[in-house]
Amino acid sequence: MIKAILIFNNHGKPRLIRFYQYFAEDLQQQIIRETFHLVSKRDDNVCNFLEGGSLIGGSDYKLIYRHYATLYFVFCVDSSESELGILDLIQVFVETLDKCFENVCELDLIFHMDKVHYILQEVVMGGMVLETNMNEIVAQVEVQTRMEKSEVKLSRPSG
Amino acid sequence: MALKIVKGSIDRMFDKNLQDLVRGIRNHKEDEAKYISTCIDEIKQELKQDNIAVKANAVCKLTYLQMLGYDVSWAAFNIVEVMSSSKFTYKRIGYLAASQCFHESTDVIMLTTNQIRKDLSSPNQYDTGVALTGLSCFVTPDLARDLANDIMTLMSHTKPYIRKKAVLIMYKVFLKYPESLRPAFPRLKEKLEDPDPGVQSAAVNVICELARRNPKNYLSLAPLFFKLMTSSTNNWVLIKIIKLFGALTPLEPRLGKKLIEPLTNLIHSTSAMSLLYECVNTVIAVLISLSSGMPNHSASIQLCVQKLRILIEDSDQNLKYLGLLAMSKILKTHPKSVQSHKDLILQCLDDKDESIRLRALDLLYGMVSKKNLMEIVKKLMLHVDKAEGTTYRDELLTKIIDICSQSNYQYITNFEWYISILVELTRLEGTRHGHLIASQMLDVAIRVKAIRVFAVAQMATLLDNAHLMTGNVQRKGICEVLYAAAWICGEFSEHLENPMQTLEAMLRPKVATLPGHIQAVYVQNAAKLFATLLKNQEGNTDRTAAQETSQLMIDRLPLFVQSANLEVQERASCILQLVKYIQKLQQKDVEVAEEVIALFAGELNPVAPKAQKKVPVPEGLDLDAWINEPPSESESEDEQPKAIFAKEEPKHSRARHTEVDEKELAKRREARKQEQANNPFYIKASPSSQKVYQEAPGVEHIPVVQIDLSVPLKVPGLPMSDQYVKLEEERRQKERVEKKKKEKKKRKEKRGGRGKKHDSGPESEEDITPAHMVDIVTEEMPENALPSDDDDKDPNDPHKALDIDLDNLVEMAGRRPLADSEKLPVRSHRAAEALKSPAEDGDAESPASQEPKKKSSKEKREKKKDKDGDRKKSKDDKKKKKKHKREEKGEDLFGGQADEPVVQSEEISEVAAPPASNAAEVSDLDFWLSNAPVPSNAQEAATLAAEAAPVPEKASGTAPDSEPDEPEETDKKSSKHKKKKQKREKEEKEKKKKKKHHHHHHHSDGGGEESVQNGTVEEEEPLPPMSNYCLLAENSYIKMEIDIQGNLQDGSQVVVSVIFENKCDNFLKTMEFNVLDSLNSKLQRPEGSGPHDGLSVPFQLPPGVSNEARFVFTMQSIVMPQKLKGTLTFIIKNEDSSTHEKLDFKLHFTCSSYLITTPCYSDAFAKLLESGDLKCSSVRLEGVNMPFHHLLARICFHHHFSVVERIDSCASMYSRSIQGHHVCLLVKTSGQTVSIDAKCDEPTLLGNVLDEIKQTFSQC
Repeated sequence: MIKAILIFNNHGKPRLIRFYQYFAEDLQQQIIRETFHLVSKRDDNVCNFLEGGSLIGGSDYKLIYRHYATLYFVFCVDSSESELGILDLIQVFVETLDKCFENVCELDLIFHMDKVHYILQEVVMGGMVLETNMNEIVAQVEVQTRMEKSEVKLSRPSG
Repeated sequence: MALKIVKGSIDRMFDKNLQDLVRGIRNHKEDEAKYISTCIDEIKQELKQDNIAVKANAVCKLTYLQMLGYDVSWAAFNIVEVMSSSKFTYKRIGYLAASQCFHESTDVIMLTTNQIRKDLSSPNQYDTGVALTGLSCFVTPDLARDLANDIMTLMSHTKPYIRKKAVLIMYKVFLKYPESLRPAFPRLKEKLEDPDPGVQSAAVNVICELARRNPKNYLSLAPLFFKLMTSSTNNWVLIKIIKLFGALTPLEPRLGKKLIEPLTNLIHSTSAMSLLYECVNTVIAVLISLSSGMPNHSASIQLCVQKLRILIEDSDQNLKYLGLLAMSKILKTHPKSVQSHKDLILQCLDDKDESIRLRALDLLYGMVSKKNLMEIVKKLMLHVDKAEGTTYRDELLTKIIDICSQSNYQYITNFEWYISILVELTRLEGTRHGHLIASQMLDVAIRVKAIRVFAVAQMATLLDNAHLMTGNVQRKGICEVLYAAAWICGEFSEHLENPMQTLEAMLRPKVATLPGHIQAVYVQNAAKLFATLLKNQEGNTDRTAAQETSQLMIDRLPLFVQSANLEVQERASCILQLVKYIQKLQQKDVEVAEEVIALFAGELNPVAPKAQKKVPVPEGLDLDAWINEPPSESESEDEQPKAIFAKEEPKHSRARHTEVDEKELAKRREARKQEQANNPFYIKASPSSQKVYQEAPGVEHIPVVQIDLSVPLKVPGLPMSDQYVKLEEERRQKERVEKKKKEKKKRKEKRGGRGKKHDSGPESEEDITPAHMVDIVTEEMPENALPSDDDDKDPNDPHKALDIDLDNLVEMAGRRPLADSEKLPVRSHRAAEALKSPAEDGDAESPASQEPKKKSSKEKREKKKDKDGDRKKSKDDKKKKKKHKREEKGEDLFGGQADEPVVQSEEISEVAAPPASNAAEVSDLDFWLSNAPVPSNAQEAATLAAEAAPVPEKASGTAPDSEPDEPEETDKKSSKHKKKKQKREKEEKEKKKKKKHHHHHHHSDGGGEESVQNGTVEEEEPLPPMSNYCLLAENSYIKMEIDIQGNLQDGSQVVVSVIFENKCDNFLKTMEFNVLDSLNSKLQRPEGSGPHDGLSVPFQLPPGVSNEARFVFTMQSIVMPQKLKGTLTFIIKNEDSSTHEKLDFKLHFTCSSYLITTPCYSDAFAKLLESGDLKCSSVRLEGVNMPFHHLLARICFHHHFSVVERIDSCASMYSRSIQGHHVCLLVKTSGQTVSIDAKCDEPTLLGNVLDEIKQTFSQC
């Protein structure tokens, strides 16, 4: 199970948070801070796995992360997930974002947090991996975007 | 109305949308909070409007603010409003917001039930999808109960997109509403074979999650997962399944045996590192489960460890980390194998990456021995000094203590050394683990009597230098150590060198700055010290010393009497008054020392932490019964419904009652723990108190052993543990010398009888005797304690509720059908559906329930055999053995391969004949497991696995090549013998498989029909052995046998399994398999290779060994049989030369190989025949001289049919091609003539299949 997915930038500003277990808002912020603190002090050439987040998880949980330019993608998972598998999944997720936003950058995530959520929803659901095939994910996201667009047109036939 | 709409849209133009909000926040960096609060006010205004678009926009902004840490739960109701919009756009916004901020105690959730139900049944699949996604995040027990049935219906939705989401969310539903697991499980299982890979993956995901927590309930699914593993191409699915198998193998070692081969194949064939690593991991799990208790198989483990070492040495940090992780799994069962890599692991401790250092630390735990403990700890102490960052240093500290104290201080030979290590640790800055060190000091001082003198001396020094610890605010955690020091000095004050000085140190004014609980201990123990001092001083003639001591107490104690801490105050004032009274007596020259000492007399024995819980409840004592009358019901109206509830549903209310108790108990336990921690008289757990308890002869009998005088007891200042390391080494050296001397003496006496036996080789573990035989005083347990240890489980674990026996649901619908109460709550019009599904599944599975019959018949046969033979005695022996086997299954893995299947089945029918229900399902699994394929020897398996091991080969160059040679050589000798065995085994296996098929389909037509009589099975003779592997080509070097199977997953694929057998005495290498493609059939080659390139066979063959490889072919049309020409090229390598050879072959794809055994029920079969779409054809076979059931079995086996129904000498059979053509047969026999009427929607295919059937029977 995936317990949480956090995306934040090099300064620890959250760009997307998705907890699959309930934490109150202030605790969520604390977790983000702690995770950022743990992850940001690591070099780029060390391993992508981290143990020891005290607020989230416990002994069975691990942080698996990737660092892309200005953004950290952190998945907090338990031992039922394969470490390298999750790394691949992050890659799939980022590539999907890249496809959907056409050359994704941090600004896309900042201004379209909702869309990023919708994309993530096609990849992970309720903490479990739903789909790993990028084409399938992109296809489903696009159909829904089209639906949304047609509804907007309907609601404003004049304008 | 229209005006309102217009007004609404005008308003909207001025509204901020999400982008505006984000921009605004970015532009107000200095006063962000203020800006956001005005935004929230705006949002509140927007939410008040009727326009749903405005509301949705507002909710969307709230979702963003929630991410920034703002509590938006006040808008929960508005979120529900937006969720219920009919527009997808808004609905999606609503559900997203809900999934981000709703949780179990959000009260508006209960308003959503109907809305969600409506969305779930929406004609638009994306409405349904959005609802499912949202629900997966905020499902509550109530929602789960109310919606379970709707979601279950969605599991069979026409759209795979919905199916996969519905399957996945079921896991969440199970967690919240465990009662739904049993009714939903059959359908979930069915989804494992869903045509859509996404749905399949979801089902695998869910079952793996379930099985991870309660693996034993899912053991019976192993065959299904095995099938998936060998057929699936989705790496995610494979990883999940392989991980699951890793969890299952410890429960069933035979499973591991079966897994080795496909796992090895995967390792060879996959390019995904993630999959490869999981394969290796599971192979390790298998080897561990196989080799536990079999010492001679640790060689294969050794091999794995070597390969992991290569991983760890890799430059990729991720691999290094994972290598260490995998190593720790081996460590648990085979610490010795890992120990030899100490150098590497210690080296990892220096890694710059903290994750890796932590992993390495974990490994150290299992690597210590008596011999190397001191050395390792010394190294760790160095790291403690160097380590930056307190977390890592704290981790080091706990690890040092863990390592030393593990299994009751098993590895400590010198406790002086350990105490000095503990004292050195107190010098750590800013550690949080002062209490840990303190409890270790207490534990050692109390339980190791011989060390007390030394410990007391050290503690006295600590107390003297207490200012070092209390001075710095940062060092707060460490002052806990003083608690232990004070207590030890007080309790064992008779050992103190200079008690007066210690008493002085304990009563310094600075002490008042310590935390209250420590001061309290100081005060109490000062009193103890005082008592000892009095006793010493009264012996003297000079009385003034004693009086001075009393005066000191009276002078210093008032400071503590003023303490704000109640405990300190109370103790201090008590003791102060006592001392004052003593002083009065002293002035009258009365001897008081004896009486004062009596205050603290008596030995304190450590009590095991679980002692209290282990006391069994005496008979006749009902702890739940009211002692007094329960409070009267009429006290308040609120209580009334409760009482009624209790009466109506006693069972339920009882459960709640205990739940409350559990909580309260947990609280009390916590409180008690707290108390224990602060109570010096209570000794904490040592890791294996249980074991000790069993062996303990009793505290009184333990002799207190003299201390070795070679160890100096006085160490000036703070001790350096290094001194003790040196001393210890000297001592060991001395011991060794002495031993040698003794041996020499012995040898002289013996006069060279077996002179060279004891050469002074490297010191072995057992040779080191502890410095002084330390008696570890054991913890006390109540006399009639129960030696159970099951109280460690967390009662709040949600997975506990999911520990539900699913086997007899799935396999044995007849035995334990779903009770009415277990059915899911349904709204009336869906009732029919819900009832149907489990029942249907039950039918499909019912053959299993017939199994016992078959078994019993076998048993009879077995008995006959025994009567005929002269082995009555041996049978008895066997029986005995078998009973053993049940308990130690590991054993039958290696011994007695060939006769295993028979033995196994007989045994099971014997053991479980009467209860039957459980046995049937167990034996089903047993049956599947007992025909485990080829590599039965763990050694060989390891070689395979190791050869395949990941990067190693690339990374290490030549090294690995030389390593595996050794085991292979040992294999050579046995290989011929083994092969025979394998063959026999395979035959047997096929026989069985056949039989199973046969019976399976017999029974599958439902229990009601008369067509199969119970007796028939017994009358039938056993089937002759059959094999689908037929010879492909052969020369003097190599033999190839093939089997061709259609691929159910893909209508155009056929899988060709080829067994390569090396017939010569040389190594066969670089085998290449190539086929000339035709227009219709093509060999699937990896991307990037040309159409004429050969495929390299992913293994090499040592002499006499055979191995199997699979090749996939793509077919366009399958109605005609195909022939393809091909070549196998290979290199024969002998000692000094290598030669190229080739072998030509012709691959023959029969039409039967395109058929896939598919069960069909008689009603569906009848419908199919009636449909009229099928073309007819028939064939007659003359001179077939074999029993009818053999004939059917042959058709089933060679042509992949299944029997639909059989009545006397007439049977209907069914099969389906990979492209979905139905093939139906009606087989009749009279005398030696067999007539087959056949129908199929593709006449050419049918004609060819019939021709092939004819040929099968003409051959025999």
